[in-house]
Amino acid sequence: MLDGPTIAAALKECGITHVVWIPDSELGTWEAALTSTDGLTLVRVCREGEAFAVAAGLWLGGKKPIVMIQCTGLFEAGDALRNVLHDMKLPLFIVVGVRSYYLHQQGATPDTCPVYTEPIMRAWQIPYVVLDNRNTAADLVAEYRKAVAEKRAGAVLIAE
Amino acid sequence: MRITHRQALDVVLAHRSDKIVVTTMTSAGLWPHLSDDPLDFAYIPSAMGHGPSLGLGLALAQPSRGVIVFNGDGCTLMSLGNLVTLAQHRANVYVIVLDNGIYEVTGGQPHAGAQHVDYAALARAAGITRTYTCATFSEWQATAGAALSGAGPVVIHLKIEARFGQKTPKPPRPMAEQIRRLQQALGLP
Repeated sequence: MLDGPTIAAALKECGITHVVWIPDSELGTWEAALTSTDGLTLVRVCREGEAFAVAAGLWLGGKKPIVMIQCTGLFEAGDALRNVLHDMKLPLFIVVGVRSYYLHQQGATPDTCPVYTEPIMRAWQIPYVVLDNRNTAADLVAEYRKAVAEKRAGAVLIAE
Repeated sequence: MRITHRQALDVVLAHRSDKIVVTTMTSAGLWPHLSDDPLDFAYIPSAMGHGPSLGLGLALAQPSRGVIVFNGDGCTLMSLGNLVTLAQHRANVYVIVLDNGIYEVTGGQPHAGAQHVDYAALARAAGITRTYTCATFSEWQATAGAALSGAGPVVIHLKIEARFGQKTPKPPRPMAEQIRRLQQALGLP
């Protein structure tokens, strides 16, 4: 079960200082927990590409940011992502909400978001795991720590 | 007579104090001829339009140190939401919009906002209260001291000469080295 309080606690446990985000309807339910957690700052941006650049600046300045966006924003943010992860080679961690994931599994939606999210992640060469309703925030922590240990970018896709 | 790109940068050099200077596009090619400070960051290769966002992140991480960002007008138009994001924060970011009406590094084609966009007004409409506009070198010389000090965010609209036949600039050193230098200068491990 992934919910705001456990995610916020997990991010704090990882030492995350900033969450740069544009929420979707699932991630948005985490907002209260993210904003009320000591040591965690929520940075709201207007478009997802900005999120990667703001996070890059925070990282250069010595902070530990993550980017939290919906998959639609991931699609939009391609050039910023490419620049930050592959040109600058910053080991940013990304949390991406995958709209209609469960409905897609059931063949019950025409939404193309779940069709393209994982191929896009592979195309951008970002290691990732999918977290669904069987997972807990501990799985996010484990994935984050793995990325840190390997000094690379990483991501979790949140099934919605 | 409009400000030359070089004049725009010369004035900033005189007023930067210990601020981080983020350069993009043509500025990234010119600035290394004026300065080789570890607090200079040539954002190249870049994602076009994201210089101010990078500067905001740096300023949030290093609140006691200002960040000057040179941003082209074409870059600014690519991510106008940056201005709204910037306006939310009491961050000492000084965005200098170099307005020459063209995409300079692609050969000088006019962009969609050529000659008719008021970048200071856009910034004010986004919620940034400290804005300046300078169309001549003497105006910029007279304004820079005030504009590049005090609390940010600040947006400065400089109307500069268009130059044609420019090439995509190269960074003064590899990105990894730039990052290492900047972080050392900031006292980071």
